[in-house]
Amino acid sequence: MSLETINALISNPAADHPATENETILYLDGVSVSFDGFKALNELSFYVLAGELRAIIGPNGAGKTTMMDVVTGRTKPDEGRVEFNGGIDLTRLDEARIANLGIGRKFQKPTVFENHTVFENLELALKGHRGVFSSLFFRLAPEERTRVEEVLETIALADQRLDDAGSLSHGQKQWLEIGMLLMQEPELLLVDEPAAGMTDAETEQTAELLKRIAGRHSVVVVEHDMEFVRSLESRVTVLHEGSVLAEGSLDTVQNDARVIEVYLGR
Amino acid sequence: MEHRRSGFSFLLTDRGGQILLGLLLAAIILVPILNLWVPESSPFHMSTFLVGLFGKYLSFALLALSVDLIWGFCGILSLGHGAFFALGGYAMGMHLMREIGDRGVYGNPILPDFMVFLNWKELPWYWYGFDFFPFAMLMVVLAPGILAFLFGWFAFRSRVSGVYLSIITQALTFALMLAFFRNDMGFGGNNGLTDFKDLLGFDLQQDSTRVGLFIATAVALALGYALCRFIVSSRLGSVLVSIRDADSRTRFLGYRVEHYQLFVFTVSAMLAGVAGALYVPQVGIINPSEFAPANSIEIVIWVAIGGRGTLYGAVLGAIVVNYAKTYFTGVLPEIWLFALGAMFVLVTILLPKGIVGSVPAFDLSKTFLKKPEDATDDGREAAGGRV
Amino acid sequence: MKTISTFVGSLLLLLTLTLSGPVAAQGFDELVTDLSAKSFNAKIKAVEKVAETGDDRAAAVLRAMLEGRLFERKEDGKVFITTREGRAYVLTDPLTLKEVGQVKSSTLKKIKVNNRLRGVLNGALGSLTLLSKDPVKRASAAEAVFKNRSADDIPALEKAMERETDAGVKAKMEMALAAIQLTADSPEEIKIAAVDVLTGHPTPEVRALLGGVVQSEQVESVAKAAAEALSDIERRLAFFNAIGNVFQGLSLGSVLLLAAVGLAITFGVMGVINMAHGELVMLGAYTTFMVQEVFRAYFPGAFDWSVIVAIPLAFGVSGLFGIAIERGVIRYLYGRPLETLLATWGLSLILQQLVRSLFGPTNRDVGSPSWMSGSVEVTGGLVLTYNRMWIIFFSLLVLGLLLLVIRKTAFGLQMRAVTQNRQMAGSMGIRTGYVDALTFGLGAGIAGVAGVALSQIDNVSPNLGQAYIIDSFMVVVFGGVGNLWGTLVGAFSLGIINKFLEPFAGTVLAKILVLIAIILFIQKRPRGLFALKGRAVEA
Repeated sequence: MSLETINALISNPAADHPATENETILYLDGVSVSFDGFKALNELSFYVLAGELRAIIGPNGAGKTTMMDVVTGRTKPDEGRVEFNGGIDLTRLDEARIANLGIGRKFQKPTVFENHTVFENLELALKGHRGVFSSLFFRLAPEERTRVEEVLETIALADQRLDDAGSLSHGQKQWLEIGMLLMQEPELLLVDEPAAGMTDAETEQTAELLKRIAGRHSVVVVEHDMEFVRSLESRVTVLHEGSVLAEGSLDTVQNDARVIEVYLGR
Repeated sequence: MEHRRSGFSFLLTDRGGQILLGLLLAAIILVPILNLWVPESSPFHMSTFLVGLFGKYLSFALLALSVDLIWGFCGILSLGHGAFFALGGYAMGMHLMREIGDRGVYGNPILPDFMVFLNWKELPWYWYGFDFFPFAMLMVVLAPGILAFLFGWFAFRSRVSGVYLSIITQALTFALMLAFFRNDMGFGGNNGLTDFKDLLGFDLQQDSTRVGLFIATAVALALGYALCRFIVSSRLGSVLVSIRDADSRTRFLGYRVEHYQLFVFTVSAMLAGVAGALYVPQVGIINPSEFAPANSIEIVIWVAIGGRGTLYGAVLGAIVVNYAKTYFTGVLPEIWLFALGAMFVLVTILLPKGIVGSVPAFDLSKTFLKKPEDATDDGREAAGGRV
Repeated sequence: MKTISTFVGSLLLLLTLTLSGPVAAQGFDELVTDLSAKSFNAKIKAVEKVAETGDDRAAAVLRAMLEGRLFERKEDGKVFITTREGRAYVLTDPLTLKEVGQVKSSTLKKIKVNNRLRGVLNGALGSLTLLSKDPVKRASAAEAVFKNRSADDIPALEKAMERETDAGVKAKMEMALAAIQLTADSPEEIKIAAVDVLTGHPTPEVRALLGGVVQSEQVESVAKAAAEALSDIERRLAFFNAIGNVFQGLSLGSVLLLAAVGLAITFGVMGVINMAHGELVMLGAYTTFMVQEVFRAYFPGAFDWSVIVAIPLAFGVSGLFGIAIERGVIRYLYGRPLETLLATWGLSLILQQLVRSLFGPTNRDVGSPSWMSGSVEVTGGLVLTYNRMWIIFFSLLVLGLLLLVIRKTAFGLQMRAVTQNRQMAGSMGIRTGYVDALTFGLGAGIAGVAGVALSQIDNVSPNLGQAYIIDSFMVVVFGGVGNLWGTLVGAFSLGIINKFLEPFAGTVLAKILVLIAIILFIQKRPRGLFALKGRAVEA
């Protein structure tokens, strides 16, 4: 895909008021979540800057997915604050409202609407048009159709546009889901293990795509694959037992003694 | 997806729907001719009994359609849709009771017979207005609609879904059945409402009235079908299917899932109410047994047998199963429950797509024993109670 | 020789019976007619004879005679108790104590009483049944005196109290005496003492009596004492009433628990909605019926054991049906809960019709063993029946055993493992299919056991299961799926709430209210009372 396409794709409302370097887009403060005594998040605090690309790593059970659940409104924290884009308290809102504020999420296991065509999947993700009655009489405007076509090209599924999403391969589903994220035009993207089940070439392209999206959008990537994290060339946050263990460049955290002990060294 | 673009084009690509609407049109033209103008001696004469029977089937078909709209397209399995059907029926029944006027056994111009019998002195307030036909027709849709809206508002907002929803819809209709059995409710208790005389001045015993009711039911079914097809072909329909297949993904896309569910649930309940209102004058009675949970579950099997998620399959299933029921309960009553029970088991295991989904393919091996891995995660989770 | 003597003995006995027969048969109706004899001497004899019968009706007849309300009908000489109403008399048949109509006074002839006869009547009335040999009769006589509250009864009552040995009857007599003292013209301190005595007997009757006294009593100190006693009694009665409701509620709850606990396993642990659960309960009840038929035919002496024998058999029958259902139908539908619901509903229709074809649609008679019959009265108005107590105990026993199986056995461990992570359990060598079948069989078997219990308190008919299925689902959903403790708490709280609502709302409305409450509750806590959060799911 070309740079222009990507740039065209990511022209979004955020572009109207470009994020400055120091603006915090996501801010977690002392967030704790427990399930039947098991502390999934333990006073987790960290922040993401506007336009930043951030990788989050950590062993199983470190709380990576729970953190995403908290940000997207699926899980309500027992305590702590989660703020988005200058003080909007996310802990009081439900998933749909948070999504409409501009937070998009890609699941660990690719979740697309298997009984809809690829085109319909993207069309449903199209920004706006979320009301019940307006959707009853909705027609796709020409520029919106163009946009769907562009994303279809970007995720290399133009030929499968009329296929049911259920018939796609695992990697294609991952891309379709990323495509749906792009259609949503979110300010913040939460991406859970995007490279799982992809070929090396696809993984590389995914990393490239995420890097380009960052800058105008903020992107938080949870990943296990160290090669992939390295290719993102971003700041890395290491989670362990529900709180931040270390933060910095990949090299810094890889040389951190505690990180080696709990995660990398094993 | 290109078919949802303009005007009535949503019907153009719907082969099954076109056939159904064509058949309904044919019935609307042929039934009056065969019943009213073909002499009784002719082998082509259609008896008034048959007209009433088919009219009843068509009202059941409309009911099945309403269940398919929410189950087939939105994954909401209501085991209480009989309640909405019965409420619509009671609204119509109340109008018919008021129409009797002073021709009842006790000759009271205001009070229906059962109220005179129970020594009631005046008409309860909720019976006011039912002597006025347009008001009664409004209540036919509003009574089930409001109940569905309130129930759905509570249920969907708290994300009660899957089998939980099924079970509480069943509890809802069960509670209503118990309530309507009470004489104090003012709906005729055990006996319900019956002994109707006429509707809009037409004698209900007249052949022409029966044919008129049949035509009204066929037209209502056609319109109901068009409405449902319009809904499911719209973007709203796509969202419903998305909710059915992956509700949390739909939420994360920013859709307020509960609003969509509430909308379609309420529309469906209103359709069921209309079906009930058309059913009552054709069978001549409405009583609390219509609320029985078993009735509501039976509706689901009509849809399952016909093929859910297709709309016309629901219509086909309702007619086929009810025809079989009429036939078996006449010939071998004991066999019927065995057959009905076996249908539930065999259709869910062998024909998950129903007649419509399986017949064109004529390939039963494909649908034979759907493997567990085809299961959706949502279902499993809902059942285990750990979403 | 021996046979001959037996024969002669029987003959003699027969003879005695025949001879004494007319005397006994003369019994009450003819004795009453004798009361209208001409001479007072004959009347006195008749009064004494009537009193000797100790018959319940005697007091009413003799009292009427004393008050001059006993009349003879001129046309046939039949004797009636009467009450004057204007110029007419209302007749009460002394044999049935029911009103039989109104007549003009001219058709009747009063049975006259003189002073001597009055004395005899008073004595007879007093000792009539208060001195009876049967303590039950003495107790009911004391209750009658309590109700009549005639000062004339005091001597007889005091005499009877001296002799009384049974504490319960004596207490009743004390109450009666106190009641008379309180309502008659007694000195202030005796009345206050009487109030004291009555305070010790919190019954609805005493409450009514004291209520009347508070209204009408002139002496202020007595009225005050009565008012205090009244509020005390009302409090205690409310308490007993509450205990009674709790017992009724526990009893209903235990039935719900039995019906729901098997469901809780299949629904909670396996995620399977078994709509045929009620029919498995029904099969258990019919197994009990079959076992009893065998006992009646071959071991009538051991009938008391039939229910005990039925328990393992019902477990086996329903359990095997359950395993067959799991292997035949449900295993093809795992992960499709809505389809499972429909398929098992179909099975329930088939099972119902099967039983209807085999045993007929009508109720079958299942008897209770002697040790489950009867009841114990704890205090005024609070009666606990043994069969209900047994079922409460039995339901807890079943739950306890089930918890033991799940917690302590290898099978329970495998079951929990499969519940928590099917794939992992499978890869560790647990035969998940086998565990599924046995788990389902266990749930079904418990349904069968529930059927044994239900056969003792409900009609055994093909519809037995349908009556419980919605309620048991409500219990499971209310208590929280996947948690047997939740089922326990859910069952008992629903039972108790139901029973507390019934006095205000009536049975049907109470049920409706409970259903609506649960529907609203599920909105609030969609996962039930004891919802399990996160990933951990334990039985």
